[in-house]
Amino acid sequence: MSYFKPINKHPNLEKNKLGLTRRDYEGGVSTLCAGCGHDSISACIIEACFRLNIEAYKVAKLSGIGCSSKAPAYFLNASHGFNSVHGRMPSIATGANCANEDLLYLGVSGDGDSASIGIGQFIHAIRRQVNMVYFVENNGTYGLTKGQFSATNDLESKNKYGEDNLFPPIDLTSMAIQMGASYVARSFSGDRDQLVPLIMGAIQHKGFALLDIISPCVTFNNHDSSTKSYDYIRNHNEAMGKTDFVPLGEEIKTNYDDGSSVEVKLHDGSRLSLEKTDHNFDPTDAGKSLELIREKNKEGKIITGLLYVDNKCKPLTEIMDLPDKPLNTLEQDELCPGSEILEEINKGLS
Amino acid sequence: MSDKKYLFKRNNVWWVKLAVPLSLRSELGYDLRRTTGEKDLDKAIPIRDKIIEEFKTEFQIRKVNADDKGIVLRGTEHMQKTDISDPQYFHKVVDCQYACPAHTNVPEYIRLIAQKKYDDAYMLNWESNVFPGILGRTCDRPCEPACRRGRTHDKPVAICRLKRVTYDYKNDIDPYLPDIPKVKNGKKIGLIGAGPASLTVARDLLPLGYEVTIFEKDNKPGGLMRTNIPSFRLPAEVLDEEVYRIIKMGAELKTNSYIDSLEKVIDSFDAVFVGTGAPKGKDLEIPGRKEASENIHIGIDWLTSIAFEHTKSIGKKVIVIGGGNTAMDCCRTAIRLGADDVKVTVRSPKSDMKASDWELEEAIDEGIPILDNTSPKEFLLDDEGKLKGMKFEKMEAQYTDGKRKLIPTGEEIIIECDDVLLAIGQDNAFPWIEKNIGIDFNEWDCPVVDKTTMQSSHPKVFFGGDAAWGPENIIWAVAHGHQAAISIDNFCSEVDLFDRPPPLTNLVSQKMGIHEWSYDNDVSQEARLEVPHADLKQALNDLKMEVELGFDEKLALDEAQRCLNCDMQTVFQEKLCIECDACVDICPTDCITFTTNDTEEKVREKLRVPALNLDQDLYVSGKLATGRVMIKDEDMCVHCGLCAERCPTGAWDIQKNNYIEAHNLNKGRVKAKEVA
Repeated sequence: MSYFKPINKHPNLEKNKLGLTRRDYEGGVSTLCAGCGHDSISACIIEACFRLNIEAYKVAKLSGIGCSSKAPAYFLNASHGFNSVHGRMPSIATGANCANEDLLYLGVSGDGDSASIGIGQFIHAIRRQVNMVYFVENNGTYGLTKGQFSATNDLESKNKYGEDNLFPPIDLTSMAIQMGASYVARSFSGDRDQLVPLIMGAIQHKGFALLDIISPCVTFNNHDSSTKSYDYIRNHNEAMGKTDFVPLGEEIKTNYDDGSSVEVKLHDGSRLSLEKTDHNFDPTDAGKSLELIREKNKEGKIITGLLYVDNKCKPLTEIMDLPDKPLNTLEQDELCPGSEILEEINKGLS
Repeated sequence: MSDKKYLFKRNNVWWVKLAVPLSLRSELGYDLRRTTGEKDLDKAIPIRDKIIEEFKTEFQIRKVNADDKGIVLRGTEHMQKTDISDPQYFHKVVDCQYACPAHTNVPEYIRLIAQKKYDDAYMLNWESNVFPGILGRTCDRPCEPACRRGRTHDKPVAICRLKRVTYDYKNDIDPYLPDIPKVKNGKKIGLIGAGPASLTVARDLLPLGYEVTIFEKDNKPGGLMRTNIPSFRLPAEVLDEEVYRIIKMGAELKTNSYIDSLEKVIDSFDAVFVGTGAPKGKDLEIPGRKEASENIHIGIDWLTSIAFEHTKSIGKKVIVIGGGNTAMDCCRTAIRLGADDVKVTVRSPKSDMKASDWELEEAIDEGIPILDNTSPKEFLLDDEGKLKGMKFEKMEAQYTDGKRKLIPTGEEIIIECDDVLLAIGQDNAFPWIEKNIGIDFNEWDCPVVDKTTMQSSHPKVFFGGDAAWGPENIIWAVAHGHQAAISIDNFCSEVDLFDRPPPLTNLVSQKMGIHEWSYDNDVSQEARLEVPHADLKQALNDLKMEVELGFDEKLALDEAQRCLNCDMQTVFQEKLCIECDACVDICPTDCITFTTNDTEEKVREKLRVPALNLDQDLYVSGKLATGRVMIKDEDMCVHCGLCAERCPTGAWDIQKNNYIEAHNLNKGRVKAKEVA
């Protein structure tokens, strides 16, 4: 296992508007198993942050427990981080969000952390519309405890030791749409061309963004009878056309035939352009999204792409009518209005 | 009327003729012609169309890249899967070894130094370049500009000075020398000149049982290594050790034996090798040359007379004319002989000088001014007819289309001097080879020698070193010697000279994992280390004091850590790959891309970092499960092996590429392998 990566980089490496290269967004060398899908997701997060010219010190990485939750150590070394107890990352994210809404919150969780022990927390973070990107690095297995079934494992799937899975899976995307998540996408760690724009869109979105990313566990869930192996996903993936992220003020370069693309404007004015494969599909209609997911599940297909987006939603801090300034920057005189105003209030009460 | 475009008739048969585009004319000639084989015009036309298509594809393929680096991008087809069974593919990745004329396995000996296995490191060098101690001090180092580290970092690894380390720190290596058969094979070989080329031939042939006789005109062997390289660069004991090692292997050395007729000796031998160098220094025929001849010296002859201690002094003011390494040796020697005002003049601008950068630097460091753009006009004499100075004219260099022209400016300068040393080039000279014995000479009076076999037009006579194609350097002479020895062995065994042994190659999978990596992949990020020098004041007063002291052990080990181990090859097997991208993410220099195949030009553009260095190959895999291919740009790979270490399926493997260029020392090994 390697414990270092040479510091020298390609002299012609591309630089972003901040003058940084992709490598400046890296973290420590991963200690996950070689070939883990989670590492690909980390690389996609690095790529997305690089392309969006994000300043790493304005990012907070939050996680719970599990292989997935180790991942924040492997990207954005210069960011803030908080590793919570198992399944409790959504609470930490909610609190942090209220205290300082200026940071970009990247929550990294897994199927165990979000669909089992932390499912209650997960649902309430969605319901409250916490402004964050919530990654579920979904491998359908408990890798850290040697390969038991998780709650997202498909019914027909067997584990590495040949045992059958007896219980049906939880579909996190349908659940999130029903709970009111305003940006819901599913993707595959092995499809960077799709995943990077989806992450970029999620970062620019204001509100709860769920990315359910199927991320094969090479050690415990990449065998022939697995439905979350590299081969199975590649053979059953039904990608919803090409997704392009178009930053604010840039032209759309991909040309689709008239009517074959949908454009979604994000909060900051940047856009996501989606190639339509199904003409009836409208990603802003929750009912149709749920129908599509159910239909494809029935067919045994895994639908990937942007499944639902509501770009008019109000994030938690707006719902709660918090001040524009982050709470953690409010000074004494702003927090305590003074005895005169107190007296006035008291007068009003008498 | 039928369409006769591109067609013409010859002997009643229709031929096709297509003009070659201007840019390709030097390569393909004015036009391309081919017969349709048809006498009937109607039948010829469809064939013509096919031929024209082929011709046009040919033009396309040769269309040189816009950078005009002279590299042909392989055409309009999708890229082919790289054939790694071709030993040259991975050989080329090891830039230093590929650039070395003798193809010394540089990374391997640097690793041996890092393990303090100096004897092994020396022997690895000795087998391939014969004179590690000499070359470690004097080599022209084609390996260093090629070194990958010069691209990934700043300056190349000090390969040459590490070679010297193997000499300086080795113990007695005699037990490792090849056995010389007591029973000879009955073939006698004559070698003329005891320079590096002949000595290499002798070393390669002696272990095979040949009886070898070396003729040397001077009283000691070594050739130009002895006569023209001053001892402050190459101490005599280093030279003697490595030269006499070969003589002691059983060569018969005849010193003071100038051969004045090839015809006289040719019949005494089964084959003759000519390694007489380029011994004639060029003269400068300008006014005053004859009158002042007493104080005008041909540089290489002058250096020789110093080497043999015939000359021990020179005037106070000395002008050295010339811009090559000989000029640098002359000026530095003059200062040590007691001259206090030495100047070097050269016609061209300094940037175009032929001297190696480091030799020029050393001369400048010793306080010698280099007057460039200065062209000699006349030797000036005083009233007594003795040399008193020289007249020069200043030149100006003009560059048009990359070609240089030196334009006289009319400005004249006069420099006082007591002696002048001419170092303006060397020629081959073969007054001793009879013109009627079957050796052809070309228009420049050089022998006609085959580039592969080193054989002349006389089947028994072989050439090598400077004697073959004019002045080069020691390492080329060694490379020629190896090839000539193979040819002589083939010739004496009645084997076709072009049936040459292949290089020995081996790819061996390497162990990896924390604390058990088979090589040190955490290379030093330090800058190139400087070699310590002797105190300048002392050195300038002592002709024999070596200026460069060489690395001490600590410096040597630190410098060895800078090597990137480019012989540790990344070998890819597409059938094992699950396209998880782990290698792409871990690669520190972004060399690996998974993408759809395309033409080389397009592929080079769409990699993670575009591959702009056309000298470096792309490693292309076969088709993967998703229809994509893996493409690795070899250019910036630091050979850290992390791609293989991160690969969950072993699709990437690090394999050490052992490439040993063919020479006769291998012959026994090849035979053993064949039997096995």
